[in-house]
Amino acid sequence: MAIADVKEYTHLTAEEVEQLGAELDALRAEIEESRNSKDADYIYKMIRLQRGLATAARITLGVSAYHRRTRVPGAVVGGAMLGVAKILENMEIGHNVMHGQWDWMNDPEVHSSNWEWDTAQPAEQWKHSHNYVHHQFTNVLGYDNDIGYGILRMAREQKWHPVNLGQPLYNAALATLFQWGVALHDLDLEAIRKGEKDPKVMKKQLKQIWQKGRRQAVKDYVVYPALSGPHFMTTVYANAAANVTRNLWSYVIIFCGHFPDGAMHFTEEQIEDETRPEWYLRQMLGSANFEGSEMLHVLSGNLGYQVEHHLFPDLPSNRYGEISVRVRQLCEKYKLPYTTGPLHRQYGQALRTIIKLSLPNRFTSGDREDVMEGQMEVARGRKSAEQLGSRRPETGKYAAAAS
Amino acid sequence: MSVKDRLSWDGVRRAGAQLTTPLLPDDYLALVNPLWTTRELRGVIEKVVPETEDTATVVIRPGWGWRYTHQPGQYIGIGLQVGGRFHWRSYSVSTPPRRRGRTLAITVRAMPEGFLSQHLVNGVEPGTVIRLALPSGDFVLPNPPPARILFLVGGSGVTPVMSMLRTLDRRGTMPDVVMSYSSTTQDRMIFRDELAELAGRHDSLTVHERYTDDDGMLVLEDHLDELCPDWRERQVWACGPGPMLDAASEFWDEAGLEDRLHLERFSVNFTGEGGEGGTLTFRSSGKSVEIDGATTVLEGGEQAGVGMPYGCRAGICHTCSVTMVEGKVRDLRNGEEFAEPNGSVQTCVTAPVGDCTFDI
Ligand code: FES
Repeated sequence: MAIADVKEYTHLTAEEVEQLGAELDALRAEIEESRNSKDADYIYKMIRLQRGLATAARITLGVSAYHRRTRVPGAVVGGAMLGVAKILENMEIGHNVMHGQWDWMNDPEVHSSNWEWDTAQPAEQWKHSHNYVHHQFTNVLGYDNDIGYGILRMAREQKWHPVNLGQPLYNAALATLFQWGVALHDLDLEAIRKGEKDPKVMKKQLKQIWQKGRRQAVKDYVVYPALSGPHFMTTVYANAAANVTRNLWSYVIIFCGHFPDGAMHFTEEQIEDETRPEWYLRQMLGSANFEGSEMLHVLSGNLGYQVEHHLFPDLPSNRYGEISVRVRQLCEKYKLPYTTGPLHRQYGQALRTIIKLSLPNRFTSGDREDVMEGQMEVARGRKSAEQLGSRRPETGKYAAAAS
Repeated sequence: MSVKDRLSWDGVRRAGAQLTTPLLPDDYLALVNPLWTTRELRGVIEKVVPETEDTATVVIRPGWGWRYTHQPGQYIGIGLQVGGRFHWRSYSVSTPPRRRGRTLAITVRAMPEGFLSQHLVNGVEPGTVIRLALPSGDFVLPNPPPARILFLVGGSGVTPVMSMLRTLDRRGTMPDVVMSYSSTTQDRMIFRDELAELAGRHDSLTVHERYTDDDGMLVLEDHLDELCPDWRERQVWACGPGPMLDAASEFWDEAGLEDRLHLERFSVNFTGEGGEGGTLTFRSSGKSVEIDGATTVLEGGEQAGVGMPYGCRAGICHTCSVTMVEGKVRDLRNGEEFAEPNGSVQTCVTAPVGDCTFDI
């Protein structure tokens, strides 16, 4: 079941929805007002750290390749450093800068209109497919291509087809090649399949992807290896490992944003005449957080605060932690669910959905929706948590309490 | 061709970019020294020298990519981060151009409402790294200078003129110059001593000082004939507060000598016709807004809540440039139209002519 009317679904009155919207607007204004040089220092520090790390990694890889004793450990250490640098660059820096989170600084070098990131997808296309399409139409079936990236069936409402049997495999491929999956995202494979894509636009986009992707690939697989002279292949392996690490990591983080069991899907009806407060509600119901150390949050671009990020995609990421405290309070006040959990559990749930939905619905149960229904029932006071029983971690379902 | 010619800096940079793509080698070099980048021009504030109670000369050492080719009278843009945010303003360069100079200077008066000027005069620490925009402006002396010149100066409008005078002095080519310089009081008169000293050394330079708190404003109709009887034969450069410039332009218009008058205004003058207005669509942020032909694209974007980049807001620094995917805009300064798809548009000085789509 996907939600057609969030207001009705959450049992909130029209006034309550309005009021919630006003409280979120006020929170936004408060954070905007309080942005200062400490925030600016944060992003500059991240950028310096990332560039320093990348430089150190490249030097380690280059120098160690020339000595027999250091070649292997150098490749491992250098490759790992490069992987972390790429993760930082994509998540905490690139993603957030291109969202306009740092535009308020009015620094042309750290501005969404100028930033180009270190992956295959051209920034311009990402800003359309992600910033606009995904963030406006979050989790609306048929609109938001992030639901399964046009490859995976992620909602029960999506029609099953025998090719879906291969989902676990496609998923593994998507995770490994994630940056290339993202690169093709704005092309909108679905539209191409249906023949709805303007061929002129498609040609232009393909050209951009080809140019950007080639530059990226030449750098990691030709130019840097060439600098290692006879140990060309060692550097190729190390760079490939760094890229794959980054791909897997960003894939995991991104799949934790909207596919753990608490995150809901929506139908087209919801977005007809949707008000801004209803948009906020949809972002809250459609997103999921994960918990972890500060370091984990930095490495994930603060997307462990996915709920907050979706409410305020353009507020500085270093503020999401403090915003989350306030959003949680609001959720309690309005008796709304707030989906969060440790990273491994959130990803586990997403993975289970991928595997389950490779089969037709009649072979599986819709526990994702059951969970939400159950949470709402408890939240609205219709049932106590005891009546509903405890949640069984293996299925995510609420088992009836033993009487 | 020698090896050195072939290995030009640009060539080295381009080769280096293969290693740093999508960044530039400069982005890494700037980690070592913030001045080692040509991506955005930078400078470091070397010292701040007080001139009067509320003015100071800020000495700037520019970084890579700076060309010391400004003409006396031109201004530069400077961007300074205060509270995490860059603020841009333009100031006339008060030092004469030197090919191999190491520093340049601007002279700034702290305006009560001008929070950046306050900061520059009273608060900025030597060592602060700032952004720079290359010199521009056509308030300049021709080379060689005309034989007879009249400078009409009010308040901090003296800075571009000072640069011209210092240049004439340095080259030893001081023509017949009359300067009328108004300031509220003697204490607030910037460069007063230096001007007196210059006038002492050059017989051909006459400086008339006027303290408007006591003597009242200079009224061209009443005073000019006495001050400078041959004003009709002189080329005039006027710089100062807006009302003073308005009066000057009216006066020279009436005399039919408007082509002898050169003005410097520090705010944009939208003399060109407006656009027709239209709907602006901002593609990446998914926002849109309908504006009239007198509103700039920058203001429209801000109304729509788009994080528009901007600097001087006066068509100088190009910080505000954004790609226009389609549509047509008109430059409000001169009425010129621009409709190149995927071209870069200076949003602070353009208004839409019909619907436009921007990539931001
Ligand atoms: S903001 Fe400086 S040119 Fe537009």
